[in-house]
Amino acid sequence: MTVGKSPIRKDVRAKVTGKTRYTDDFTMPGMLEAKYVRSSIAHGRVTSIDTSAALAIPGVEAVFTFADVPKTLFPTAGHPYSLDPDHQDVADRLLLTDHVRYHGDEVAIVVARDQLTAHKAAELVLVEYDELPVCVTSAAAMADEAPPIHPGGNTIKSTSFAVGGDPKEAEQAADVVCEGVFTTPVILHCHLENHTAYAYMDDQNHLVIVSSTQIPHICRRIVGQALDMNWSTIRVIKPYIGGGFGNKQDVVLEPMVAFLTRKLGGVPVKLELEREECLVSTRTRHAQTITARAGAQNDGLLTLLDVNVLSNTGAYASHGHSIPMAAGSKFCHLYPRAVTQFSATSHYANIPAAGAMRAYGSPQLFFAVEGVVEEAARKIGMDSVEFRLKNSARPGDITSKTGEMLHSVGMIECLEKGRDAIEWQKKKKRYADQEGTILRGLGVASFSYGSGTYPACVEIAGCRLVLNQDGTVHMQVGATEIGQGSDTVLAQMAAETLGIDYDAVHVVSEQDTDVTPFDTGAYASRQTYVAAPAVHDAAEQLKGKILDHASLMTGVDRQQLDLSAGRVVRGDQPDQVVLPLEELALDSYYHKDRGGQLTAEVSVKTRTNAPSYGCTFVEVEVDIALCQVKIIEIINLHDAGTIIHPLSAEGQVHGGMAMGIGMALFEELLIDDETGWIYNGNLLDYKIPTCMDIPELDCAFIQTHDPTSPYGNKSLGEPPIISQGPAIRNAIWDATGVKIQTMPMTPKVLFSHFREAGLI
Amino acid sequence: MQSRTISMQINGKSYQEEVDVRKSLMELLRELGLTSVKQGCGVGECGACTVLVDDIAVDSCLYLAVWADNKAIRTAEGECRGEQLSPVQQAYVEEGAVQCGFCTPGLIMASTAFLEKNQGKKPGREEIRRGHAGNLCRCTGYQTIISAVEKAAEK
Amino acid sequence: MFPIEKYYFAATIEDAIAALEADEKARVIAGGTDVLVRLHGGNPDYGCLVDINGLDELRQISMDGEGNIFIGTLATCSEIIEHPLVQEHLPMVVQSLETIGGPQVRNTATMGGNICNGAVSADSACAALVYEMDLLIRNSKRERIQSINGFHTGPGRTVLGRGDLFTAFCIRPQKYRNMGASYYKYAMRGAMDIATIGCGAGVRMADGAVTELKLAFTVAAPTPIRCPHAEEAVLGKPVNAETLQQVADALLEDVRPRDSWRAGKEFRLHIIKTLAQKVIGQAAENLGGTL
Repeated sequence: MTVGKSPIRKDVRAKVTGKTRYTDDFTMPGMLEAKYVRSSIAHGRVTSIDTSAALAIPGVEAVFTFADVPKTLFPTAGHPYSLDPDHQDVADRLLLTDHVRYHGDEVAIVVARDQLTAHKAAELVLVEYDELPVCVTSAAAMADEAPPIHPGGNTIKSTSFAVGGDPKEAEQAADVVCEGVFTTPVILHCHLENHTAYAYMDDQNHLVIVSSTQIPHICRRIVGQALDMNWSTIRVIKPYIGGGFGNKQDVVLEPMVAFLTRKLGGVPVKLELEREECLVSTRTRHAQTITARAGAQNDGLLTLLDVNVLSNTGAYASHGHSIPMAAGSKFCHLYPRAVTQFSATSHYANIPAAGAMRAYGSPQLFFAVEGVVEEAARKIGMDSVEFRLKNSARPGDITSKTGEMLHSVGMIECLEKGRDAIEWQKKKKRYADQEGTILRGLGVASFSYGSGTYPACVEIAGCRLVLNQDGTVHMQVGATEIGQGSDTVLAQMAAETLGIDYDAVHVVSEQDTDVTPFDTGAYASRQTYVAAPAVHDAAEQLKGKILDHASLMTGVDRQQLDLSAGRVVRGDQPDQVVLPLEELALDSYYHKDRGGQLTAEVSVKTRTNAPSYGCTFVEVEVDIALCQVKIIEIINLHDAGTIIHPLSAEGQVHGGMAMGIGMALFEELLIDDETGWIYNGNLLDYKIPTCMDIPELDCAFIQTHDPTSPYGNKSLGEPPIISQGPAIRNAIWDATGVKIQTMPMTPKVLFSHFREAGLI
Repeated sequence: MQSRTISMQINGKSYQEEVDVRKSLMELLRELGLTSVKQGCGVGECGACTVLVDDIAVDSCLYLAVWADNKAIRTAEGECRGEQLSPVQQAYVEEGAVQCGFCTPGLIMASTAFLEKNQGKKPGREEIRRGHAGNLCRCTGYQTIISAVEKAAEK
Repeated sequence: MFPIEKYYFAATIEDAIAALEADEKARVIAGGTDVLVRLHGGNPDYGCLVDINGLDELRQISMDGEGNIFIGTLATCSEIIEHPLVQEHLPMVVQSLETIGGPQVRNTATMGGNICNGAVSADSACAALVYEMDLLIRNSKRERIQSINGFHTGPGRTVLGRGDLFTAFCIRPQKYRNMGASYYKYAMRGAMDIATIGCGAGVRMADGAVTELKLAFTVAAPTPIRCPHAEEAVLGKPVNAETLQQVADALLEDVRPRDSWRAGKEFRLHIIKTLAQKVIGQAAENLGGTL
């Protein structure tokens, strides 16, 4: 049995010895290097462009401008294709543009024999602009007189829903109604490996793209759309990737390298973004303004949640309106007995394009929801944890958004366990009458999430298993390993169901769309949940074939045989070895009359979506004079169903917590409101936490078993980042009496709040 | 452009190379096949390119290749002996300190230098944090990395 | 590859000075942690380099018979931090260099470079000002001694001229003996960050009263500065809450923080006042043993 244990990760030995190859670690003779020419202004039209000086530099092979690229607008979001035209992503991109929409937009590209030459040449491309008014904030972009950033205007979409009853009645039933306006900043992913890709034409005249992507199969389709090519003539290869967090769930460089190699006779062309470009010219997390209301009765019953999201998607739609809507549908699982009203508007602005980022709109949404829920609890004089316990989802509740019954729900246990772990009651008493300028406080915040995108999108996954001559099994999956450990947990599942050792499962980690089973990739915390049934069914099938062959070889009835620890045994006597698997494998390959290569291949569409749950408890110390927050203790509690690989699961939680702390206290892309100029588009000035900034991280799992997964598991990749922001905000409030409604809660923000409150 | 001929040891092997003076040590090492040395920022902010020069950890992206003349360079590739991982590498494996792995070789070298400097001591977690403040990791929250170094220090 | 246009590897100090004199655009590269970052960013002002890494005599850290401590400009931050002379006599140098970057940066960056680049936020500048370091500068004609006071002339600017090579810091015994010192770097991150405000203080006391205060700030004015008004305000007084408040009030005459996207003026002023009190208090406490 391997599920539930923590065997050594499949990829780890290569990673600690530096042998793992990422996209930049491959090279081809004659590979050319490309470099973008980026706009120096945030909004305008190119009036002239002069490439002659760049072209005159020795070693420059070509310069292409907006005039040279196809005029077909294409979408970039890493969503599965939709058969419903109304549900397709917004197609608003060209490979290069003369209408620049943010500071850093792409107007031309230089191709040269080496990087330094490409860089020098790019600086020599002279571009003149006719400047247009710049809209950075939601207010500016949504104003009547705002200039249209795209031909259809600045509003992308506005939608709303209400579930669980009538919001007006729920409001009337409430004794208190609290309201707050919460703002969240533009956040950057900051995966350690920048975006990088190269492309060439192969001997079939097919296009080959090697890219650091989370979504090779989606990438193939979008390149086909952008360049009007048959999808089957494009081959996308994904090696190991150095982190993505959603930023590589978008098609960013691939259409361009494909375009360049086709223009240049099929020679390999590479586009490797520098860190500064990767920060501002890929995708970001949406800045949002969220108005939230909560209605509660004096007995602690939450009657109403009413949330409106204004979502700034920047210069291009990318994932666009899916972000607030996905978060909106997932948060309905947390307090299913309250009436929920949700509305959202997504709009363009002259800032970098926002796309998918870990937890896809939920960290922003829960900052507001758990902020206003906290306020309701305080207003009726109820303990923060008690209020949540009273209203949180329990097994058997009907989730109002889909009308389906909730099966595995560990929310209550998460809250109870967290309350004990942080010694909530004891510390609450201790900190009730503090004096001085260094103050402690406690905070809690909960979340709910999904395990995929169904029913918004198709959920499809594939697995192929092959029995090798030596009795081991090769596994190919469309699921992409992006550091989260999917290769490892899927190998555990295959081993478990097949009845062989974990070490006997070899995972082909690289995806190659010419040969890899179809799967849309790593996003939406779907990978383990939707690949599980494919792996399970493929393993069942292969096991059946192995036992059939064993029966052929031994004459023992198939029904009496089983596979255990890599040997064919008698089902009723697992210790009695009938046949070693190696012997069976050799026979299946080389016996002249029977057998064949034993394989199984399965493609499964998942039509369920199990909610996962959890919360953060935090204790902070606030130094009023220095305007600084120090986290004394922080713990995340998760119901992610059955935990397949505890060590990796903890790793996911730690990483999410650190990112959540970064968002709460440090990180924001600073953009000038007037000019759209980006101040801190580099790793010195955009402050992701170092190990000096992250406290000891604690986590625990409430293990449930969700019947919709063959292994009982639910999502875990994204949820760990959701609840730190509101928990820390609630703790600062608890410590100081100051209520902050904006992230990040930096010293600058604390200073102005403390000054306003008369504390300094 | 100018070049200089330099002699150096890399992971115990002698090299003599004619090096363009504009090249960083990171670029040189990668060209020589030592692709554990990663470029994450090019400005010494992330530490993914950390190597040891005469047993001192440096960001090889901010180190001219010509400065490696007469120096001994160590990279993650050279830390294992055949199948035998170094104590630091082994501790990273056991503690689950690796996710995407892109920061890992640089961190392994930062940990190696840190522990060699603190040989015989048992550095506390705060001290370990200070010793690793030059390496960014976006996957792990540093929790298991600190634990791995703590574990390797006990060996 | 860095866009280096011209590169000269100096074999001797004279050689370096000649190369610096020969080309108006020539700049020294030492640890490289500033110069190479600027080159990476495509800054054309750094295309012509004189590499002084071959000049081992500039790496020395020593003390002469009179107690003068010399720190060569090529000594790395780590070498300085770990040097017994510095640890014993110049604790605030150790304290401030430890706040620079991360370990890798400190292993190559030099204190000479940190002062020479003229940065308003230079972490070692407060220590240089509090210990009133002398800078030994050579050119083809002579060697001169330049006080740190007046060395910085504006953001990114210093008194160094064409053909000048800064060779060593000299710290006089009367500037470091019997003084309690402390430094505090206020930044947005615990490492790998530039100071929002840096504050250093050196205190001497007799009979429970302050006889001398040296108070220095970075990022509080267009250059790293000393604070004469604040220093004056404490003389003859005990270090207590009332005195510290007087320092904070007097400081307003000394500092000129500015608004920038990194931090607003009001916020910087608040931090300046808070840090002054904290750091002077700490410096006095550090003196405790030698009172």
